[in-house]
Amino acid sequence: MIRRLREKKSLQGNLLISPTMIFMVGMLVIPLLLTAVVSFGRRAPDGDVIFTFSLDNYARLSGLRTNCEDGSRLCFDPIYAQILWRSISLAFNTTVLVILLAYPLAYFIARAPAKRRNTYLFLVLVPMWTNFVIRVYAWLMILRTQGVLNNFLGSLAGLLNLHFTPLEMIYTPGAVLVGMVYEFLPFMILPIYTSIEKIDNSLFEAAADLGANPIRTLRRITLPLSMPGMVAGTILVFVPVMGTFIVSDLLGGRQVILVGNLIQNQFLIARDPTFGSAASLVLMVLTLIVTFIYTRKFGFGEEIVSA
Amino acid sequence: MNPHRRHPLVIIATLLVYFFLYIPVIILVLYSFNRSRTNVLFEGVISNFGPIEMEGSNVVQSPCGPFHWFCELSKNRDVLHAAQNTLTIAIISTIISTVIGTLAAFALARYQFRMRTFSEVSLYIPVVIPEIVMGIGILILFSQLFTMLNQTMNMSGDNRLSLGLSTVILSHIAFSIPFVTLVVRARLQGFDISYEEAAMDLGANEVVTFMRVTLPMIMPGVLAGALLAFTLSLDDFVITFFTTGPGATTLPIYVYGLLRRIITPQVNALSAVWILLVLVVVFALQRLQSRQT
Repeated sequence: MIRRLREKKSLQGNLLISPTMIFMVGMLVIPLLLTAVVSFGRRAPDGDVIFTFSLDNYARLSGLRTNCEDGSRLCFDPIYAQILWRSISLAFNTTVLVILLAYPLAYFIARAPAKRRNTYLFLVLVPMWTNFVIRVYAWLMILRTQGVLNNFLGSLAGLLNLHFTPLEMIYTPGAVLVGMVYEFLPFMILPIYTSIEKIDNSLFEAAADLGANPIRTLRRITLPLSMPGMVAGTILVFVPVMGTFIVSDLLGGRQVILVGNLIQNQFLIARDPTFGSAASLVLMVLTLIVTFIYTRKFGFGEEIVSA
Repeated sequence: MNPHRRHPLVIIATLLVYFFLYIPVIILVLYSFNRSRTNVLFEGVISNFGPIEMEGSNVVQSPCGPFHWFCELSKNRDVLHAAQNTLTIAIISTIISTVIGTLAAFALARYQFRMRTFSEVSLYIPVVIPEIVMGIGILILFSQLFTMLNQTMNMSGDNRLSLGLSTVILSHIAFSIPFVTLVVRARLQGFDISYEEAAMDLGANEVVTFMRVTLPMIMPGVLAGALLAFTLSLDDFVITFFTTGPGATTLPIYVYGLLRRIITPQVNALSAVWILLVLVVVFALQRLQSRQT
């Protein structure tokens, strides 16, 4: 037995991978298949699932309805389409903003003297080690109508003898955007840093020797060569933003409902797991399509490991 | 030309981003010393060690002085229980996922086997699907499984299987494995196999070679993977939210519950303690890691 194990390389490989496979199949593949099965089911009056094959949940998500107020046989109710669209555009805006903020910082760290880089990176990570929920709470404190920012602005206005009405910042799409950017910024900084750090210094020297100005060097050298980092960072930011519900819950209130809130609501309040499962699958397919198109276009770097 | 020369605009932008990263943390910690119970305004640090007056001429005894909210926190049984749960989950799931993930990294870095493509793909899934999708799936799995088992085994009352610590631990192991594997595998790719060959030539068997040569050499990678698994588990809200049950509340879940009701500086005190603890753990692990290399 042991001798056979020593000789057969493929047996060793299978043995080493099998605990992982048990977890991946049991906690990932089977749950996803079950979600699909449940999404075709119907909701029982007590909130249980009746297993059948019905496309009702998907029809409802798409907005098509058969029981219309005006009596016609088919009408369109865009509420869920709006939620999906809001989630996608928020994820897109967050990603763009995060790239704009992360890039200069990542560049600064990557081009710093080697012995200082770790300290700078460490400084990026420290805020991330506070808890995810606590970080949202911090922004709740800052953005509340009677919060830190309004108080600061108020006392500033007081000094200048100006009249000040507190700004309504909390429970707006903007508040959710700020919260999301804050939560996921480090996920962009790390991969971009990794790819800029890899760029050979002689390329910058050559560019300078040949008379390229900083903008041209950025456009022709730094940006193209740090593309893998940006791609990895985009996936690490876009995907979680699509599914997060705490940020919109605490900073957006009822004003900013995202797919994540819709799914959570179906499982915990509306008690319709079948509709929640359908929404969850649609969310998964949407993110997979986006990441697939994106990685097809730009490639999939190993930078994803660095975060 | 100085190779580290950076444009002044880059430096300004960097400072602004650092400011953006740190201002919420500073406010969190500052407000944990707030003398206002409603925690809306910062009304100064609690400066005396005796009775202090709060809103509505409420007088509260504060033997801890500025650390009033930290003392209140240490008396809060719910917080202590949640902290205990959080650590139990994080420690158990880190140990198991580090071992399993390291084995998988070996398999992927060194062997050809039939399930290879399938395992590579499945290890990337948790990275490219939102956490909530995985959380919902696991919730459905356990709720259907437990309903079935409870019926067939005629379980009643306290014997009934339900969501709790063990379901949370299982899900944390599941989402940590891919990250541990990625980190350890990166380390294994730069591994010079001739060290192992040398050990074997000198008469060491596989087990001794692994324990005395391979493992010490990849230890920084394994520790980095474990640290990642540990912080992922500590930080996790979404998957825990869907897989936890009565009595298995973790700190993030507890804080979320609080935020929906009332906010006192106790939450800030909790945040401050949290940051401090994580910093201590990270420092200790980094020390350990740098001694290994």
